[in-house]
Amino acid sequence: MTEAADPIIRVRDVTVQFGATKVLNGLDLDVRRGEILGFVGPSGAGKSVLTRTIIGLVPKLSGSIEVFGIDLDKAGKAERRGVERRWGILFQQGALFSSLTVRQNIQFPVREYLKLSQRLLDEITIAKLVMVGLKPDVIDRYPSELSGGMIKRVALARALALDPELVFLDEPTSGLDPIGAGDFDELVRTLQRTLGLTVFMVTHDLDSLHTACDRIAVLGDGKVIAAGTIADMQASQHPWLRSYFHGKRARAVVGSP
Amino acid sequence: MTQQIALEGGPSLERIARGEGLALCASGSWTARFAPALERLVAEAEQIADSKPNVSIDVSGIARLDTFGAWLIERLRRNLGQDGAEARISGLSTNYASLVDEVRQVGTAELPPKSGLSLRGPIEKLGRTMYAFFDDIVALISMMGAVLAGLGRIVIRPTSFRLTSTVHHLEQVCWRAVPIIVLITFLIGCIVAQQGIFHFRKFGADVFVVDMLGVLVLRELGVLLVSIMVAGRSGSAYTAELGSMKMREEIDALRTMGFDPIDVLIVPRLIALVLAVPILTFLGAMAALYGGGLVAWVYGGVDPEAFLLRLRDAISIDHFTVGMIKAPVMAAVIGIVACVEGLAVQGSAESLGRHTTASVVKSIFFVIVMDGVFAIFFAGIGI
Repeated sequence: MTEAADPIIRVRDVTVQFGATKVLNGLDLDVRRGEILGFVGPSGAGKSVLTRTIIGLVPKLSGSIEVFGIDLDKAGKAERRGVERRWGILFQQGALFSSLTVRQNIQFPVREYLKLSQRLLDEITIAKLVMVGLKPDVIDRYPSELSGGMIKRVALARALALDPELVFLDEPTSGLDPIGAGDFDELVRTLQRTLGLTVFMVTHDLDSLHTACDRIAVLGDGKVIAAGTIADMQASQHPWLRSYFHGKRARAVVGSP
Repeated sequence: MTQQIALEGGPSLERIARGEGLALCASGSWTARFAPALERLVAEAEQIADSKPNVSIDVSGIARLDTFGAWLIERLRRNLGQDGAEARISGLSTNYASLVDEVRQVGTAELPPKSGLSLRGPIEKLGRTMYAFFDDIVALISMMGAVLAGLGRIVIRPTSFRLTSTVHHLEQVCWRAVPIIVLITFLIGCIVAQQGIFHFRKFGADVFVVDMLGVLVLRELGVLLVSIMVAGRSGSAYTAELGSMKMREEIDALRTMGFDPIDVLIVPRLIALVLAVPILTFLGAMAALYGGGLVAWVYGGVDPEAFLLRLRDAISIDHFTVGMIKAPVMAAVIGIVACVEGLAVQGSAESLGRHTTASVVKSIFFVIVMDGVFAIFFAGIGI
């Protein structure tokens, strides 16, 4: 693995501790510009913790994290806001604002940063909804009136509202039917191609890893134990990787033409 | 990265006459950052190009494009196309072609118009509020029925009573409420006594403050203050607990497992409250009398012995009974309102807040109404 010339996220020697347990222990990770990185690991290994540490929701004990070449610990308030404007985050449960409609949810970040006419706001909102595969007629519904898959899509539309350069997806396809999940992967691929997105995707979905991801990083014992393409993963002799990529479920995915 | 941004100019849209037609040359970065400027550019170009028969849009000069820019180009193309003019997009790099294709799929379907302001709105709202009021009454009565049925099931099968849960709630609403209730009733007792002495002194009737304090505290103030405090402290907590359980489908989960939410969640809470309020009322009344006695001694010069003698003469056991009889009824009212509101919560955080507020406001309202009803009743039977 060659060192990426221009990593969009550079994580160095990060340790995160909850009580007496070290969840992340000296973790290093690079995410390259323009790639889709799939991040896998056993349940409870700390995948979500790493995501939340990178975006600054979980404090770290030591180490450094640079996003867009900016160290977030040293960044001032304005600089931090600048970074936050350039990334979008899809939380595992969607985290839509329950008292706002779909339209208001998507327009919320846009209104905060740009002064646009209501007409353009509405048109962009519809464009985003269509891009994530929803019909425009959901625009005035509340999150509690949407299905699980629709919530994920609206949350993605909100994450993409400002056309960010970097998106964090926390288990985007969990809870979706296989066809919906496949569409979602396709969508992420398309968006990456068209918008030049960099995607950091925490996932358990082997299909996603095969079809959507350029590179895969595996978390184990608080460290990245392997990083590389799907072929590298399949060739690996690490016991967890072997059972993950050669288990019954994996064979079903790989076996299909 | 910073270098790249610095090099990029803002967006521009040049108009070049080309024979009969017009070429619009877009360049610079057409991105979200420049969206307000882009919107103006596109609107101007639409006006000018409106009359021209042959318009083409050249996008080869665009350095950066995102959804905002792509949509504005698409909007320009559509608006020029509608007036019989041919608008073509040329010079699209393969990188951005898929993005433009993507936004092209966006329909032009108009959104349903928002209902405007009219006289009908407020009148309609008034009507709906009236209906909602009757629905509230129905919901309260049906909750009362459901709780009675739940109590009936416990009588038939005492093992189904949830003792642990009841004790837990009793700790929350009674034991933990003691300090604040005692403090507040003590202070109110002090204030009432001070005011009484201050005004009675003008008639030389200082010592009657003891009569006033005794009757007022035991009959009315103790139970009312405690009920209002409990409505604010425990009623709101019940509503918020049940409401967030409803939001996260926990109550549906209970139901599918064959449990009745009334038995599991509501009856223990109500029993705890019905036990707690009389206890708190008693403690509150004692604290208020103590506070009043203290002020009467320090401020009014009525020494404790005289205070107690006077108190014994002034009040009968009836005053105390009246107060204590009201307490469990007030508790039931608060509990039932809180549970009805909790179960009425819908999916949003806002709804949870609204119902918690409604729970406190309605239960205090009903407590005062009940107090009035009791006053009429006790006057009727002559105690």
